Amino acid sequence: MAIEIEQPTVELSKVAVSETHGEDSPYFAGWKAHDEDPYDESSNSSGVIQMGLAENQVSFDLLEEYLEQNSEASSWAEGAPGFRENALFQDYHGLKSFRQAMASFMEKIRGGRAKFDPDRIVLTAGATAANELLTFILADPDDALLVPTPYYPGFDRDLRWRTGVRIVPIHCDSSNNFQVTLEAMEAAYMHAVAMNIKVRGVLITNPSNPLGATIQRSVLEEILDFAKRKNIHVVSDEIYSGSTFSSSEFVSIAEILEARGYKDSERVHIVYSLSKDLGLPGFRVGTIYSYNDKVVTTARRMSSFSLISSQTQHLLASMLSDKKFTEKYIKTNRERLRKRYEMIIQGLKTAGIECLKGNAGLFCWMNLSPLLETPTREGELALWKSILHEVKINISPGSSCHCSEPGWFRVCFANMSEPTLDVALKRIHSFMDQRKTDAIQSPPQQ
Amino acid sequence: MTQPQTRDEQPTNPTRQKSTGMRLIVPLQGIVQGRGGLILGTLIPCALFYFFQLYTKRNRGNSSNTPSNPPSPSSSSPNLAELPRTSSRLSLFSRVGSSGPVSVSGRASLIARENDSPYYIGLEKVSKDPYDKERNPDGIIQLGLSENRLCFDLIEKWMVENVREAMVGRDGEHLSINGIAAYQPFDGLMELKVALAGFMSQVMRKVVSLDPSQIVLTAGATPAIEILCFCLADHGNAFLIPTPYYPGFDRDVRLRTGVELIPVHCRSADNFLLSVTALEQAYNQARKRGVRVRGILISNPSNPVGNILPRETLHNILVFAQEKNIHIICDEIFAGSVYRGEEFVSMPEILMEEFDKNRVHIIYGLSKDLCLPGFRVGVIYSYNKNVLALAKRLTRFSSISAPSQRLLISMLSDTKFIEEFIKTNKQRIQKLHHSFVDGLKQLGIQCIESSAGFYCWANMSELISSYGEKGELDLWDKLLNIAKVNVTPGSACHCIEPGWFRCCFTTLALEDIPVVMKRIRKVAETCKSLS
Repeated sequence: MAIEIEQPTVELSKVAVSETHGEDSPYFAGWKAHDEDPYDESSNSSGVIQMGLAENQVSFDLLEEYLEQNSEASSWAEGAPGFRENALFQDYHGLKSFRQAMASFMEKIRGGRAKFDPDRIVLTAGATAANELLTFILADPDDALLVPTPYYPGFDRDLRWRTGVRIVPIHCDSSNNFQVTLEAMEAAYMHAVAMNIKVRGVLITNPSNPLGATIQRSVLEEILDFAKRKNIHVVSDEIYSGSTFSSSEFVSIAEILEARGYKDSERVHIVYSLSKDLGLPGFRVGTIYSYNDKVVTTARRMSSFSLISSQTQHLLASMLSDKKFTEKYIKTNRERLRKRYEMIIQGLKTAGIECLKGNAGLFCWMNLSPLLETPTREGELALWKSILHEVKINISPGSSCHCSEPGWFRVCFANMSEPTLDVALKRIHSFMDQRKTDAIQSPPQQ
Repeated sequence: MTQPQTRDEQPTNPTRQKSTGMRLIVPLQGIVQGRGGLILGTLIPCALFYFFQLYTKRNRGNSSNTPSNPPSPSSSSPNLAELPRTSSRLSLFSRVGSSGPVSVSGRASLIARENDSPYYIGLEKVSKDPYDKERNPDGIIQLGLSENRLCFDLIEKWMVENVREAMVGRDGEHLSINGIAAYQPFDGLMELKVALAGFMSQVMRKVVSLDPSQIVLTAGATPAIEILCFCLADHGNAFLIPTPYYPGFDRDVRLRTGVELIPVHCRSADNFLLSVTALEQAYNQARKRGVRVRGILISNPSNPVGNILPRETLHNILVFAQEKNIHIICDEIFAGSVYRGEEFVSMPEILMEEFDKNRVHIIYGLSKDLCLPGFRVGVIYSYNKNVLALAKRLTRFSSISAPSQRLLISMLSDTKFIEEFIKTNKQRIQKLHHSFVDGLKQLGIQCIESSAGFYCWANMSELISSYGEKGELDLWDKLLNIAKVNVTPGSACHCIEPGWFRCCFTTLALEDIPVVMKRIRKVAETCKSLS
């Protein structure tokens, strides 16, 4: 057999060679380290513990229980005629029963404080696709979206890569718990104008990733008013809305719009998904909920590139319409997340580490700035590397989230068992103890 | 300039002007009748009217979508097919300012225009009034969607017997969803790639064995094509494509990528088979225009004609691509529907000869050969490692749902079932094809001799009133609205010869065929008597 010498002679596109896929950032480098040496309770207890993946595994048992008790939902044993329609169904409107189920689930999460119309729901294969799709629809290449920092590292890729749209950051800092301020929004807008870039919208994540905190009602009102003045869109990624530790602390932008009688609401679009709240990222279920008719229609047509399997829609439709199940699930999930959060906060506190006060999400926002050699991005990355190699936990450095203050890290706590979390906390504890001892023995040079 | 209208809204300005104007004039005339007389009485309202017109004219361009009532969450989306084709539309939509509604992107307005194609209009009409033998015998019969329903019973049977175990794993006694709930590789489970490599090989008559590591899975063939375009071409570049072609390519290739499709016209004299001379011509013309051609997009078996590309043609296309140093995307999604004994040569087979494989990429999917369009399973099969690596990353936007993957792994691994299925499928397609084409023949309508696909390419040029696109669309309209049969006109497929229509027959049962023919006959006879 002849030896084949690989010679890529034919050229690829600019998108192919661009760096916008962002996979060279530490956010992804940590994953690689984990993949090469993953922690396992029994077989690899000294491996790297993954605390950089915001996955919810705390409520799997509830899902399994439901599926066990409602097997007709997952099969077509009795509904064989239903199967035909389902397997042929590739309509980008999506199964009506599923859209109704999603609308009702989203209402439940918001404690009934907002109503959702199933006909405004556009289905996409995951929130990743939803965010990209909205960006394609709301902005042209070289236009910009304003995004408060720190933000989910994936946005750099999801919002910019194929769309050609830019992100202009709205800088937030710890002086006010990283909340969005009017000054910061104005500054970002002016910055874009100065660069001759057209701003098409503001994209917020509420509850925030990586902060793990909900956005206050007054701030949401301010963002809406700002958007109205500039005549731009507002995208509210509410993917963690079901992961708030208490139902009363989350205010959805939908509630504010309802309170305003839906006046001026056609600039608002909500993104949701079942990947976090329901712990089903493998199912690839995302939605765009838009108050703008044109956006709904065009998003729907564009969703042909990211449709959800009709089988999955069918499977989830009955589950999400089951009021008893969803009520129990939402309540229990919240409880368990809250307990995990308290466990990690307490554990970090005894190790001498402070975190931002959080009330939602699958992670906490940890302040390690006192540990930095130099209060710079390099200092932060050096610290991140040593934590990865000495403590053997993978956490996400704030710089990969574009945080303007070095030293903050996002730590996920819901993608592991409690014993594993315990192990992680113990390791952090001994790491901090070791550093104290080192500091005493060799005081820092002046 | 007419106002863009939506179904639910009234045009804001023209009529409102008149009625508001009248409401001003009448009472004013009453007021001034006492003093100043007629002159003032007419002057003042006219002046007011004039100023009112000036005011509304200034705002006319911006008020396209301003509803008079706050948008209620339950309002249904407007029918954008009614938007007028004005060139100023793009600027209308992209105007941003502190007045007027918030605007969407230029790309969004492209989508709004798209649904003017008869391909989409026909599909929509059928969805509103679909034929059903018992419940809606006067409904529109769907012959415009290449969907295969002929072997559904086999799949259904398999599902009913196997589905629960197939989809959700068991962890001892209890159900375990760990295998399907967590994040999976975006480009698909390896087990599914292995199963698909085996299935594709079976479908391509087992001549080549395919490598699962060269597979990237996507949520349907639609994103597969788009992803390949993003990988192989830049905005403003072009792909050469033989006509007639699947209308969906206009959207899949062009919409978000900005890549152009340059038609390479095929003619009935050649049985609509691609000639390399035509390819060469189109390539040179593009170069003269300053357009960079990045590749050729072919479908084999072809849609809408149902041809199989002869070995020699495939060979010549490969030589051409090598010469010009461009890519080839070969859409083989209908590979399993080859019913005529003729030799189907797939790309992997030809590539066993000496060719630079780095330029060849194959599209496949389960929507046609396994009758499961709803499950969204598409395949990119490439020999180019860089393309595979990039496509893999792009699948994060179009991943297949994990439970569906598990189900399919089970089904595709049931080799006995699959063998039986492929065989029966071909037999049933052939039977229906034969019957359908015969039926058309009896109406005096000839079809191109095809060997694959779910459709036939029928020549109805003798029935059209004027030989051109308008005549063809008139006939399409008659067939849709009078005969109540939805077929796809050749113009929607960019066919250069008018009068050709694609008729899909795999959504029918054998006994539906006489019904279809009777309806077509009605229109055919009227057309013949007119011409």
